Amino acid sequence: MNARLLPYVLILPVTLFLCLFFLYPFLLVSKQAFSTGAGFTLDNFREVTGYWKFPITMRNTLLLAAAVVPIQLALALLMATMVNKMKKGRDLVLYVWTIPLGISDLAAGIIWLAIFDQSGFLNSMMNGLGLVDKPVNLLTFQNPGIVFLAIMLAEIWRATAIMLVILVAGIGLIPKEYYEAAEVFGASPWKRFLRITLPLLRPSLQTALVLRVILAFEIFAVVAALGGTLFPVLMGETYAYQFDLLNSGAAAALALIILAISIAFTLIILRVLRVPKGATI
Amino acid sequence: MAQIEIKNVAKRFGSYQALHDINLTIQDQEFMVLLGASGCGKTTLLRIIAGLETATVGEVSIGGRRVDHLAPKDRGIAMVFQNYAVFPHLTVFENIGFGLRMKKLPNDEVKGRVERTAELMHIEQLLKRYSGELSGGQRQRVAVARALAMEPDVILMDEPLSNLDALLRMEMRAELKGVLAESNTTAIYVTHDQVEAMSMADRISVMHQGEIVQAASPIEVYRNPAAEFVAGFIGNPPMNFLPAAPAGEGKWSVAGQVMDGPSSGKPLKFAIRPEDMRPADEGLTATAKVVEPLGAHLLITCEVQGSMFRAVLDSDMSVKPGDQLTLAPQPDRMRWFDPDTTLAVA
Ligand SMILES: Nc1ncnc2c1ncn2[C@@H]1O[C@H](COP(=O)(O)OP(=O)(O)O)[C@@H](O)[C@H]1O
Ligand SMILES: [Mg+2]
Repeated sequence: MNARLLPYVLILPVTLFLCLFFLYPFLLVSKQAFSTGAGFTLDNFREVTGYWKFPITMRNTLLLAAAVVPIQLALALLMATMVNKMKKGRDLVLYVWTIPLGISDLAAGIIWLAIFDQSGFLNSMMNGLGLVDKPVNLLTFQNPGIVFLAIMLAEIWRATAIMLVILVAGIGLIPKEYYEAAEVFGASPWKRFLRITLPLLRPSLQTALVLRVILAFEIFAVVAALGGTLFPVLMGETYAYQFDLLNSGAAAALALIILAISIAFTLIILRVLRVPKGATI
Repeated sequence: MAQIEIKNVAKRFGSYQALHDINLTIQDQEFMVLLGASGCGKTTLLRIIAGLETATVGEVSIGGRRVDHLAPKDRGIAMVFQNYAVFPHLTVFENIGFGLRMKKLPNDEVKGRVERTAELMHIEQLLKRYSGELSGGQRQRVAVARALAMEPDVILMDEPLSNLDALLRMEMRAELKGVLAESNTTAIYVTHDQVEAMSMADRISVMHQGEIVQAASPIEVYRNPAAEFVAGFIGNPPMNFLPAAPAGEGKWSVAGQVMDGPSSGKPLKFAIRPEDMRPADEGLTATAKVVEPLGAHLLITCEVQGSMFRAVLDSDMSVKPGDQLTLAPQPDRMRWFDPDTTLAVA
């Protein structure tokens, strides 16, 4: 076989697979988004962006991502650093920390609902400690802050580990000698983290952040379980258009808007965390 | 003033004793080479001096000050790592200036010092590059420049040339020695390469299985090895050994020849360097086995009473395998070792 052709032949099956199951449906969705039956139109986009709930869902989605992702990043970095410093029991700790990854997002939402519910653990505990006389309903429209906080907590609990595993692998790849050199040349542990770990971790940070941010814009089940209609997000609206309003054109348009936001943020992350030209990391 | 004193230093990794009771004093501005085979504990000792490793017992002082409990940065040292550890995400300039930035020196002083050391190491035209764009030799120069820029009292080097090809190594050897002599720093240089050790050192500490067997000038180590290990380790080819039986007061019988030696009651080992043998009318009878012309010399591997024996002779000689030779040792170069203690006997 021609050695120059071989790589292309080898990626042919996966390319076909992607075309068939991703590119083709994507084209169908795009077609739906840009048509209302006859010819090209932006009516679907006008409809979804003109709807009074659109600014709210957009704001909620971005707000949640802005609140959750930085905390997750900081936590994942801290946890990854700790895991890499451990000599014994490191694998066990890592397994325990990644357990939430194995739980579906809806299940995670329900677990946290069981905590914040009127008959949930939190209420029983507060009641037991005498903080409240009778169980209170926390997740109501009177307490938007608590609803937001509950969703944040659930998301942080559920999806920090995906960043953690990527960062643990990335930190493990940084040669120990760089840290020793930095130490000898006077860098404190904090400075070593800032001047060695963070810059050398850029490729892993890119992957982890892109993945996490895309997932944050797709948030749906946790919000549905904890907030119901109290905290509408973009993906929830898409679902409503498709299955409640049976308007698949509008649903497709909204899905493409979410895609556009994800792509924009991906490009920003790749740009901000780029490796300088010539540097090899 | 940075004299280094190492007192009773030992290091254990679990049940493995990597260093046994090391005692060594390195004078101010001395170039000390730690020489030994791979795994003998050179790096461990260097890292203990640097503060990257803690000794299980013992004391380390630099410039008369105990440093055992000080962080590496407070010991007045700089280090050149075996794999250079040049930071890949920083330019050559920022690599050399790394330690100065950590000391929070003003920008123009950092710039001045970086440029000066870069010039000294002949890498001033590389300052904007990243380590991925450098050759091994250039990376090595950056690692040395980064250490020199700190203007340390002591510079520690762990096999800094071992990753370079032979020609570059020879060139860098001379250059490093010159630069370090200029800088007036005390240097500890780890290597397993005896040629490097002999050519660079003021003093060599020969290490073996976690111990320092001999610490002396290169010529002393070569001429008067303190122990059989040193005699067999230093020199290429190494010293020859033959059993010696007592033959009267100060007389020894070596392979049938009676020679003058030290007075000792028990059997000794006779030792002589291959180049200290001369063809003579009277001497050891040797049968040539392999003859290797090396240009300037002839290396002959022969057999003397069942023992292997090497001699380096003038290349004018014509010797064929199977030839009988009579070789006489140069009397002032004969050495004697106690087979029980393996130490030299005078
Ligand atoms: N961190 C460590 N843990 C366990 N054993 C070690 C460690 N560092 C070194 N050793 C052991 O100590 C011995 C000396 O190592 P080292 O000082 O690196 O030797 P050298 O530099 O002379 O080649 C080796 O047998 C090595 O396996
Ligand atoms: Mg070593």
